[in-house]
Amino acid sequence: MPEAEVIALDPEGRGPRRHVDPAESDLPQPTGWEGRLASAVGFVRRRITGDYEVDEFGFDADLTDSVLLAPLRPLYRHWFRVEVRGLENVPAEGGALVVGNHSGTVALDALMTQLALLDEHPAHRHLRMLGADLVFQTPFVGEISRKAGHTLACAPDAERLLRAGELVGVWPEGFKGIGKPFSERYKLQRFGRGGFVAAALRTSTPIIPVAIMGAEETYPMVGNVPWLARALGLPYFPLTPTFPWLGPLGLVPLPSKWVIEFGEPIRTDDHGPAEADDPMMVFNLTDQVRETIQQSLYRLLVDRRGVFGD
Amino acid sequence: MGRVVLVTGVSRHLGGTLARLLSEHPDVDHVIGVDVVAPPHTIAEAEFVQADIRNPVIAGVMSSASVDTVVHMGVIATPTQAGGRSAMKEINVIGTMQLLAACQKSTTMAKLVVKSSTSVYGSGPRDPALFTEDMDPRHSPRSGWAKDNVEVEGYVRGFSRRRPDVSVSTLRLANIVGPRISTSMIDYFSLPVVPTILGHDSRLQFVHEDDGVDALITATVNDRPGIVNVAGGGMLMLSQAIRRAGRASAPIAAPLMPVVARMLKQSGLADFSSEQVRFLTWGRGVDTRRMRTVLGFEPRYSTVEAFDSFVAAHHLNSVLPPERAVALEAQVIDLLSRRGDRSA
Repeated sequence: MPEAEVIALDPEGRGPRRHVDPAESDLPQPTGWEGRLASAVGFVRRRITGDYEVDEFGFDADLTDSVLLAPLRPLYRHWFRVEVRGLENVPAEGGALVVGNHSGTVALDALMTQLALLDEHPAHRHLRMLGADLVFQTPFVGEISRKAGHTLACAPDAERLLRAGELVGVWPEGFKGIGKPFSERYKLQRFGRGGFVAAALRTSTPIIPVAIMGAEETYPMVGNVPWLARALGLPYFPLTPTFPWLGPLGLVPLPSKWVIEFGEPIRTDDHGPAEADDPMMVFNLTDQVRETIQQSLYRLLVDRRGVFGD
Repeated sequence: MGRVVLVTGVSRHLGGTLARLLSEHPDVDHVIGVDVVAPPHTIAEAEFVQADIRNPVIAGVMSSASVDTVVHMGVIATPTQAGGRSAMKEINVIGTMQLLAACQKSTTMAKLVVKSSTSVYGSGPRDPALFTEDMDPRHSPRSGWAKDNVEVEGYVRGFSRRRPDVSVSTLRLANIVGPRISTSMIDYFSLPVVPTILGHDSRLQFVHEDDGVDALITATVNDRPGIVNVAGGGMLMLSQAIRRAGRASAPIAAPLMPVVARMLKQSGLADFSSEQVRFLTWGRGVDTRRMRTVLGFEPRYSTVEAFDSFVAAHHLNSVLPPERAVALEAQVIDLLSRRGDRSA
């Protein structure tokens, strides 16, 4: 029998089109800069032909790893010199809820935490963050957020992600946290309505408190223009020592030294999912998480040698 | 016991295919297909009765043939097929009311299957990533086909309260695509330059036309009451779908979209309702766990495969087909690896 060319043909001729990705084939693969160029060509080919996958939340891992997070890496390494502690508290697999303090006018702290977990955690975990309504209503911002793996902060989405074994990130202070005046730095605001605790209880997933030091000083908010914020539909319009006085230059964050410290997981599996419907239980656990993060921040601040220095 | 199935809307593609396949099904004895105009395609052994479901005549048809199962496919999605939006609403809503009134009077009736749509969940920024069947819409549809479906489901709920002895299955189908069907989504992706909404990229789910019909058949021949979402596995972003179809996209600022939609509508190229613009802006996802557990149905095509079957049948992607793109990439990699060998 003559050796036929192997073509993956659907017997009925109407199945999906399949082909081998050249980067995963047995062909000799280039190395060095040629290798990097080859993988860039592969990326462009996948984008042009739409040959990539997004999950049910719209998370585009290919785009996130190659494009969206890339400009943040120099900021992470060289500008903020982020130091990560307690990564061993983040499980290598399975669902967990990362809860952190929110600050710095722009939500850079959330993105730096995402980068820390992706680049520095041994399991290279993607942090799936829960964002405010406003994020997803805003053109471009909402689109990019979804592609970067974030979704709307609502109980069904939080529970779906946790059940699927994802690492979920929440910043319960929300805009109250990032938009607070500089004079209130490192003072945790109210922790929402405790919805995140209920989600963790219902799915019996651990809560990992994370304390972020350094983000408060990136854009110190010394003033607010409420009428301008209202006109633009924003929660606040920040005035920092450089913004808007220096124009676009005012958008450059101050190079504070950052520490991101993951604390010991707070277990929820010893409570049982039914307790998610007990408001007192939820409030107490919310307070416990908030207090843990506040204490870690105070401890980090005491040991701090300077805002900008190592 | 003989099984007599009445199918509405058989002159359109999906209803006609369903009637034909049901008439060939071993568990079904007789199929009566109803529509206002004769079907342009064969419906095999199904008997065609020219009748308007908005007319009480339908009750007579049901009792004389002692129909025990009704499959309601008569909800029309595209105004052009119905002859205008007001006629479409009339057929969808009044037609359903009349049909259900006849069903309620019927003494032989045991089962009702309704084709609905995932558009009943609406579309907006506050939506959860995936809707389950028991979730209420956060942005209720206010117009068009989606609202018709909401009203139809309302009447169906009322009917099932008054006739608890009748088993009611409501299938909410995601956007149907395939090589043969014609929908407003198909027209949209066939445009040479596809208008999108600037700063938004929506999540889409598709169901292949064969899977849609199979799901309805599964609900018809088995007893699987309840409301069930039906969609192919996985998601496709709007931008990704446009690329897979080999089209170019033209992002348009949201405030200008109504003007563009009106222009497209007037030129007859594509029918762009405000509902569809909302869908293209915010997208939608539905959970399909109940499709597997309650309906016991597994689609053959994923969302991407269903969409690709439409692209292939319409020969849309001719400029840079994926096979050519892959071959080009392989050539580049080959060139680079040889260069690397030489310099090493």
